Amino acid sequence: MRCADFKTSYIADEAIFQSLFVKCALGVLFAALLIFPFMAGAYELYIANLIGFAVIGAVGLNILTGFTGQISLGHAAFIGIGGYTAAILITRLHFPFWLALPCAGVVSAAAGVIIGIPSLRVKGLYLCVATLAAQFIFEFLFIHWEPLTKGIRGINLPAPQIFSITLDSERKFYFLTASLVVLLVAYARNLFRSRVGRAFVAIRDRDLAAEIMGISLFRYKLTAFAVSSFYAGVCGALWVSFMRIVTPEHFPFHLSIQYLAMIIVGGLGSVLGSIFGAIFMTLTPELLNVLSSALSQMLPGLQKLFIPMKEVVFGTLIVLFLVFEPRGLAEIWRRIKTFFGLWPFSY
Amino acid sequence: MDILLQIIVTGFVTGGVYGLIALGFVLIFKATGVLNLATGALMTLGAFVCLTFLTRLGAPFWAAFLLTLVVELLLGFTIERVVLRQLIGEPIISVIMVTVGLSSILHGLTHIVWSPEHRSFPELFPPEPLDLGFAVVPSGLWWGFVFAAVATALFLLVFKFSRTGIAMRATASDQQAAQSTGISVRWVFALSWSFGCMAAAIGGIVIGNISGISIYLGDIGLKVLAVIILGGLDSIGGAILGGFIIGVLENLAGLYLDPVFGGGVKDIAPFFIIVLILLIRPYGLFGKKIIERV
Repeated sequence: MRCADFKTSYIADEAIFQSLFVKCALGVLFAALLIFPFMAGAYELYIANLIGFAVIGAVGLNILTGFTGQISLGHAAFIGIGGYTAAILITRLHFPFWLALPCAGVVSAAAGVIIGIPSLRVKGLYLCVATLAAQFIFEFLFIHWEPLTKGIRGINLPAPQIFSITLDSERKFYFLTASLVVLLVAYARNLFRSRVGRAFVAIRDRDLAAEIMGISLFRYKLTAFAVSSFYAGVCGALWVSFMRIVTPEHFPFHLSIQYLAMIIVGGLGSVLGSIFGAIFMTLTPELLNVLSSALSQMLPGLQKLFIPMKEVVFGTLIVLFLVFEPRGLAEIWRRIKTFFGLWPFSY
Repeated sequence: MDILLQIIVTGFVTGGVYGLIALGFVLIFKATGVLNLATGALMTLGAFVCLTFLTRLGAPFWAAFLLTLVVELLLGFTIERVVLRQLIGEPIISVIMVTVGLSSILHGLTHIVWSPEHRSFPELFPPEPLDLGFAVVPSGLWWGFVFAAVATALFLLVFKFSRTGIAMRATASDQQAAQSTGISVRWVFALSWSFGCMAAAIGGIVIGNISGISIYLGDIGLKVLAVIILGGLDSIGGAILGGFIIGVLENLAGLYLDPVFGGGVKDIAPFFIIVLILLIRPYGLFGKKIIERV
């Protein structure tokens, strides 16, 4: 008897839509994404936008760190480059928004390739330190390259315009964010069914063996950096146009750690995991915020402790997930699915 | 000319302190293969604990100092036992990220317990600066250097001559061989962590003495990464020499490049140096060159 997931060809195994159920589930998801903005208030839409940016950034980082195995502690720097590029192109050179967005991605990708060059000589710990150094160097540039970035005062942006529609409310912006998220996630998911994506995974599993099999480390490592930073750049450009301001304080080292936390909590080497992680790590501080303002009547001064509390919670989540569930939320989700896939006769 | 000499001497003295902090990194890396990115948070914590012993309990400095070391020693044991031991054999990203997570926890807790205001240590040393004739070293920096040098020397002596130290070195060079001669590798791992934490705490106290204590004191811990990358991750001599080199270089960069870039170069110079070293000589001056076979 046919039971659960049973396939007889590789093509079936590689299919994106594995079953009718998956198609239906995706259909429901898209419908929910479309209906959501008409049901939700401004605050929920604001959060939804933030989650969207986080998903794009996290998927990008997961491509580099989770799939290709190149640890990056400088993701915030690439997000920052995207943000600044968009801001400068729009305010100084009067680029239309729809053009500035991909440009931000491309500039960020170029920066990613430059930072990726050390990865050809060093790996593991050393690469990690190199990206850390890149993070601080770019932070320095954001602050001190004043003619371009206007230093710590930052740059103010107008509301983005697409053709004749001005995206001046959370609701209008939501549609842009949501469609880009769907587009970029679908691209990432497909990337790993292609030659390039498989090369990434081979490099992660054993780089020397991959090279012997004919994968050019030079090309594919830099491609991974470029794709990952492109995602980061788009994420940064969107975020900045949503906030309408960009300052160096938006892209601290802490943000890099936050993105790494997302993909660790969500699941390294899993596109779905990055989405889970991004949602989880965006909602957690919001929840903390709500909690601490609710408790602030009883315990005055609690509001002041919000930032350190956030730090402690993030740290604890990272440590707990690494120790107890190293494959993250994606693995928990898989277990739940398997359980119900065979339910009620799992043996 | 005068200012140049002065800057070099200042850099040299700062470098001594960097060397001590770098030693903390290297001790842990050599034995367990973990790059402890929580060093900065451990430094901050050490400085605050010492300050609390001094001001709240009114303990004399030597007692507060020793108590702080005991606290960090226990903390090191706990961290190794509770967190790091679970991750032996896990991929490198897990191990690095766990130290980042720990750093985040410790930093947050320090922020909650001791509020973020800037504080200064009570006067511990005679305030007269040291006049070398060609350069003047401020008192805090000078005593900090002496402190760091003594601590470094003690660590080196323990490492060189004591039974524990020899066991640690044996483990660093070959874990299996060490284990087969009866050394408890687990014990050595725990010891390395507590030694590393102690070195970080002393570093924190010294830095706190020089420039005052705030929760951002530990940011220096990341700068010290440049020192160990330059010296080679697993070389103790490299860490000490690297400390001096980075100390002098960053002060020189501050002197000559600050006017060009409008400040802040001193803090960023070590990171430029990291990138350069990684491009030219990734295993550092004295680090072991790893040959990989498939």
